[in-house]
Amino acid sequence: MFRYLVRRFLQMIMVFIATTLIVYSLMYLTGGDPIQALAGEKPVTDLQRAQLTVKYGLDQPFLVRYWNYLTDLLHLDFGTTLTGRPIKDILLDAWPVTMQLALIAILVTIIFGVTAGVIAGIRRGSIFDNATLVLTLIVIGIPSVVLAPLAQYLFTIQWKLFPTTASGDPTWYELVLPGIVLGSLSVATAMRLTRASVSENLRADFVRTARSKGMPGRRVIGIHVLRNSLIPIVTFLGVELGSLMAGAIVTESVFNVPGVGFQLARGLKTEDTPLVIGIVSVLVIVFLVANLIVDLLYAVLDPRIRYE
Amino acid sequence: MQVRRLAAWAALPLAVTLGLSACGKSGGSDSGGANPNGVVSIGIAEPKHLIPSNTSETSGSQVLAALFAPLVDFDEANKPYEVAAQEISTTDNKTWTIKLKDGWTFHNGEPVTADSYINAWNYAAYGPNAQDNNYFFDKVEGYKDLNPADAKATPTATTLSGLKKVDDKTFTVTLSAPFSEFKSQLGYTAYYPLPNSAFESATASPLVIAKAYEDAPVGNGPFKIKGTWQHDAQVEVEKYDGFAGTKPSIGGALFKIYQNSDAEYADLQANNLDVVKQIPTAALSTAQGDLGERYQTSPASTLQVLAFPTFDKRFAKAEVRKAISMAIDREEIANKVFQGSQKAAYSFVSPVVAGYRDKTCGAACEFNATEAKKLYDANDGPKSINITYNADGGHQEWVDATCNQLKANLGVECVGTPEAKFADLLTKAKAKKEIGMFRMGWVMDYPSMENYLGPLYSTGGSSNYYGYSNPTFDNLLKEGSAAPTQEEAIKKYQQAEDILAQEMPVLPLRFGQNVFGSSTKVKDVHIDLFNRVDLNKIQIVS
Repeated sequence: MFRYLVRRFLQMIMVFIATTLIVYSLMYLTGGDPIQALAGEKPVTDLQRAQLTVKYGLDQPFLVRYWNYLTDLLHLDFGTTLTGRPIKDILLDAWPVTMQLALIAILVTIIFGVTAGVIAGIRRGSIFDNATLVLTLIVIGIPSVVLAPLAQYLFTIQWKLFPTTASGDPTWYELVLPGIVLGSLSVATAMRLTRASVSENLRADFVRTARSKGMPGRRVIGIHVLRNSLIPIVTFLGVELGSLMAGAIVTESVFNVPGVGFQLARGLKTEDTPLVIGIVSVLVIVFLVANLIVDLLYAVLDPRIRYE
Repeated sequence: MQVRRLAAWAALPLAVTLGLSACGKSGGSDSGGANPNGVVSIGIAEPKHLIPSNTSETSGSQVLAALFAPLVDFDEANKPYEVAAQEISTTDNKTWTIKLKDGWTFHNGEPVTADSYINAWNYAAYGPNAQDNNYFFDKVEGYKDLNPADAKATPTATTLSGLKKVDDKTFTVTLSAPFSEFKSQLGYTAYYPLPNSAFESATASPLVIAKAYEDAPVGNGPFKIKGTWQHDAQVEVEKYDGFAGTKPSIGGALFKIYQNSDAEYADLQANNLDVVKQIPTAALSTAQGDLGERYQTSPASTLQVLAFPTFDKRFAKAEVRKAISMAIDREEIANKVFQGSQKAAYSFVSPVVAGYRDKTCGAACEFNATEAKKLYDANDGPKSINITYNADGGHQEWVDATCNQLKANLGVECVGTPEAKFADLLTKAKAKKEIGMFRMGWVMDYPSMENYLGPLYSTGGSSNYYGYSNPTFDNLLKEGSAAPTQEEAIKKYQQAEDILAQEMPVLPLRFGQNVFGSSTKVKDVHIDLFNRVDLNKIQIVS
């Protein structure tokens, strides 16, 4: 186990360096002129350009800049945005919001997706099974660019059940609707996955054995079927949590939730290269850690899996 | 109906998933209340900066307009009148004496003095501070010493030699050349004063702005900041009781920060937000129906033109340029593509400046397909033309529409050529590469005809990317700048504009419009020349 962790950790460092290098080079080499981006379509005077170039270290060669960036990052210094705000502050503000949102979304996925999946899996071919199949197909078919504004229009403007947009320091109540919208996108997948897994396990040998031993049906499903069906779902939820942390760019923009996706979208829109790179670096770490945790959970759920 | 039913179906799964979780009160805001003490909420984007010398975008200047009072403001005819200044006078348009009103204080109680202005302007003009509004001071004597041509060199001076204090309430500004429009220029954000507390030390040279100042700017305006600037969330201001000028009729303003204008508009629809300064494009077609009388438009200062590079021989003849101009149906594009959010332009200066005349472009801008074709063929217009534009600004649609009109009306080949960024387009234009016609946009810096003529068409003008040069035009501008009264200056500028109409170095296409909406809680909503909500006029319905 320890050796496995060390190996994984070393791999993570490699992946981190490789991904940040790619993002860094893509942003800087193809990103155009950050100083012009700052000024919009107005002309930039030579003097202003020179001052800003030195200020943001744009006069140094690419590898030097990348190296400085990496070493700063080790000191937890993310640098400043092109408008001079420390990126660390932005991340500290945005991250808790996104985590709240991701939590709501994942709860929605578990409560609705997994529960419905289990029921559908047990009662295969029933009306419930078919109805949810159709519904999930529809939800999968609607992209979030449509779903989010639609939900906003219906539930906040038309029926006034929820606040239309989130405030700067959002309350749970303000995040419920965006969280549901975000979660509903993975509800469908979670449900289908659970249903398949449960119905497959219901036909497994150990279930037949349990039943023939005379074990009550509730116990068979609750202990034997569910636990074994959870393995693919945990993987899915783990990866999903990672991508939810990445901030739902669309959902956060529509509901004006000042989370990570919101900041990332702004960074891209205003061509704020340092901001984009800062966010992406942290996202890479989040993904790597989420993946590691998922892999470790495998071993907990399935004793047959062991890490050397 | 079709759409609505589809929407209902699409919402069903969501409703099912929601189950019973939809409970609780509706999300209302708690503004409203009594007339003079109510708070108006206005949607803005995250300001880049909240320092007068570094704020050039509309979100930041909206906030600063609440916190600061300008030396001059503009009346209905767009002529400047004194606000914080008692009197602004000159005899030769070169040396201007600015006398301040008595009894004005900053929000921290510090009196507003001549030094408050001199310090703020010196800070703005000092090159190494790299302030966005630095160029507003380039007409003041001594500017060059603070901004050496060699960008890496240290400036030889830290203060403008053209700024002189006479007494506590009076100072003079000496310009390097006569400029009759200087008074109009003073209405802009860049010329606000700064209190001593804004600087780390008010006697230092060069001056350094204190780090904390930007989070809670202290100004001389009708409102003072409440708390601090909450990034990505809001900036709130409340009435400043010590304000010596005309007091506004609201108790305060809450500037809510949105990143996405659709979200901003959704909040307006839900009546959670009082003013949206620019209704998003996607909502334009429905906004009028949604808002009724709360949907308003007013002229904005932006101007969209198509420019002809002088180095491109295909467009060397003025008749060819006129023919192209006459082949464009401006009204159709403004209405169909922009849905009225922009207006067809028949002049070279915007209707928001004094001296504007409608249709100065004359017949050359009137849509007339048959005449256009005749003129074009008689002068051997090029068989194929292209229009270069920047792909990141949403210009493709109207460029394509313009090209289609030219194809149909002149029988030529026409294509739109996208460049990734506007800067790329300008780089190519400067390098005299073959880019064909190209789009240009202009937002005024100060409300004067000069600002629409000087930078764009004078020889060597800062935004004259097409290389237009006409000595008579240059001279008229110079005479206008030296004219003893504003009326005479305008006359000269109008003569200069007439030259443009004859030579057509660019085709005026469209003027911008402020298309704004307000909630049921407010009335008297006006957007000023700088695309800011006028906080002195807006009122709350009780």
